[in-house]
Amino acid sequence: MPQLSPEDLFRNGIRVDGRRWNELRPIRMEVGVLDKADGSAYVEHGKNKILVAVYGPREAHPKHIALPDRATIKCRYHMAPFSVEERKSPAPSRREIEISKVIREALEPAILSEYYPRTSIDIFIEVLQSDGGSRCAGINGASLALADAGIPMRDLVAACAVGKIAGHLALDLSDVEDKLGEADMPVAYMPTYNSVTLLQMDGVFTHDEFAAGLELAVENCKKIYQMQKEALRRQYLEIGSEGIEANR
Amino acid sequence: MVARREIVTPGDLLAEGDLRPGDNVLREGDRIYALRVGLVDLDGNRVSVVPLKGCYFPKPGDLVIGRIVEAGLTGWEVDILAPYPALLPMSETYAKGHASKTDLSAIFSTGDLVMAKVMAFDRTRDPLLTAKGPGLGKVFGNRVVRISPMKIPRLIGRKGSMITMLKRETGCRITVGQNGVILVSGSDERAERVVVEAIYKIEREAHTQGLTDEIKEMLRKELGR
Amino acid sequence: MIAMSATPQIPPISQIEGKTIIDLIASGKRLDGRGLLDHRGFDIKAGIIEKANGSAHVSLGKTKVLVGVKVEIGEPFSDVPDQGVLTVNAELVPMAYPLFEPGPPDENSIELARVVDRGIRESKMVDLKKLCIIPNEKVFVVFVDIYVLDHDGNLIDASAAAAAAALLSARINKFEVKDGEVSLLPETMPLPISNIPVTMTFAKIGGPIVLDPSLEEEQVMSSRLTVTIDKEGRLCALQKGGMGYMTVEDVKECVRLAMEKAPRIRGLILEAVGYGKD
Repeated sequence: MPQLSPEDLFRNGIRVDGRRWNELRPIRMEVGVLDKADGSAYVEHGKNKILVAVYGPREAHPKHIALPDRATIKCRYHMAPFSVEERKSPAPSRREIEISKVIREALEPAILSEYYPRTSIDIFIEVLQSDGGSRCAGINGASLALADAGIPMRDLVAACAVGKIAGHLALDLSDVEDKLGEADMPVAYMPTYNSVTLLQMDGVFTHDEFAAGLELAVENCKKIYQMQKEALRRQYLEIGSEGIEANR
Repeated sequence: MVARREIVTPGDLLAEGDLRPGDNVLREGDRIYALRVGLVDLDGNRVSVVPLKGCYFPKPGDLVIGRIVEAGLTGWEVDILAPYPALLPMSETYAKGHASKTDLSAIFSTGDLVMAKVMAFDRTRDPLLTAKGPGLGKVFGNRVVRISPMKIPRLIGRKGSMITMLKRETGCRITVGQNGVILVSGSDERAERVVVEAIYKIEREAHTQGLTDEIKEMLRKELGR
Repeated sequence: MIAMSATPQIPPISQIEGKTIIDLIASGKRLDGRGLLDHRGFDIKAGIIEKANGSAHVSLGKTKVLVGVKVEIGEPFSDVPDQGVLTVNAELVPMAYPLFEPGPPDENSIELARVVDRGIRESKMVDLKKLCIIPNEKVFVVFVDIYVLDHDGNLIDASAAAAAAALLSARINKFEVKDGEVSLLPETMPLPISNIPVTMTFAKIGGPIVLDPSLEEEQVMSSRLTVTIDKEGRLCALQKGGMGYMTVEDVKECVRLAMEKAPRIRGLILEAVGYGKD
């Protein structure tokens, strides 16, 4: 792997992987991939490979974390030891602990947890291969897995990141672009509410760069949202009236 | 207004204006949104979503098949495959005597299956069951099948059409719990197996048209009747 | 629960108290009489812990945070052999709040440390290249330890201000290198500082946005947004927290307000460490 310099990230309007500044990496989404989980999804986002499982609502364990008027949401973002270039220890790192928290806080606003008091809804995000933007891909997969489990949600949550490489605003940074770039800003968004549920940024942005970046992120979250809807619908090919009449 | 029978996902706008919110939808102002993945249903002016997947959420009056987890002080803890453990008090069975003086595990022991009715359930306490009533109490069967509780109505069918057809075509005894647990007993192992396959097929294709006829065809072919 | 993040327990605030705060804010007022976009009193004292290389105590309203900076000589990271090392850690000391428990850092103290770290690192507040002693072998390692002593809300802003003041007022020994050997001299010098990040946290309570939430306000807020601005007026860190959501307009408004108000807070920090007004 030749050593790249920051300028290499963006030459003549083309990035290292051939994309332009405002292109998403290829995304593939599949719902209902695990047998035992109540809901599950598999997301490939560029070279990221993320598997998400949802269990719940189920009895809260340990009992003391149960809340009297709503479900407790538990979330674990974890990277497999083989997911990155240099083997990562299986023990949770400070980064994984922070990401688990911000992902939980990105999904909480979407879940109608009041429907299931004193229970627990558990979200497991396993990063099987990581290449930048894994927390966003994790959120996209978690929304799918939660919907797949039949958990009531006011909206799906779609996420993507915007950054700055070689002085240029760029969409959806890969790992090498994040490491050599000047800024990275992941955003999670609920389109029905035009609202942000996750927003982080590290690096340096001028006020204008931030404003343009936020707009670019929101626009692409909406694209990812459509992909999520498609993936959920794709599971069910035909629709029949018998299915509805029988419920009366 | 979204078309009837269209598959919707959380956050989909279903209707604006005069329609009333039914099940699995959320009203924001004068707009109604879907909360779950499912099929849109319109009943009069009430718009609902019929979910395709979900856990069993107990309702008073439901008939459920549960597994005895353990005998406690006044009754048994029962696993009814809900997010909450259920309680069957001894006073809600036909057993005589006082709970404190009785060996509860002699009546129902861990692992037994019981058919019970949900007597009470609200947000502040776990479901309370009763085993007093026709057909309630310990149940037996050769095969235990678990499917999504959302598909039970389809398994039963309009006015019981599907379940009656299954029983008639196979000669098996089939006991259905609202919580997705089904017991099957037949005179031969082959008939039982075919019933189990049919139940899974119904679960997979619950949302399709012409399913009852398709299942009847399959049963006739498999059992050569 | 170190392995999974879980919805926190319900804060011990009554319905009546919560409603009072929300209604007041809806009418443009706050419990302590502040305006929606006013800070509580910011009191910064530097140089309190003589045994540390740098230190600062910040009172933000009733919140109290103490930051100590210790500088040691150590090895650089292999991927940046010519740079010093900076590491930020935070402890939510059990005495600070009845619900803080002793033990390893939980997700809240980890998030606090990482957000403060981001502001310092991305603004390049400490010029790590100037902390190199012998490339590949010896560099200065700067430990920033945040000690939260009393929790009355907005630990992030108090901690970030204390960290900035501690770093600005820290002194390290001058050194000389002879034949590959490092010797520390008795004279001291400040850390190589090239920027001063300022962190401002906003909370969304009902519709309106308030600045510098108190503990009770944090207990009823739907979400918060922390914005870090450097001395050039650029954004160097953002962190949304809380279980609610903010509209895109709310986010833009918070960033705009942070840019407007950061210089004043920077002035308070500089004043506390004895710099003239630059």
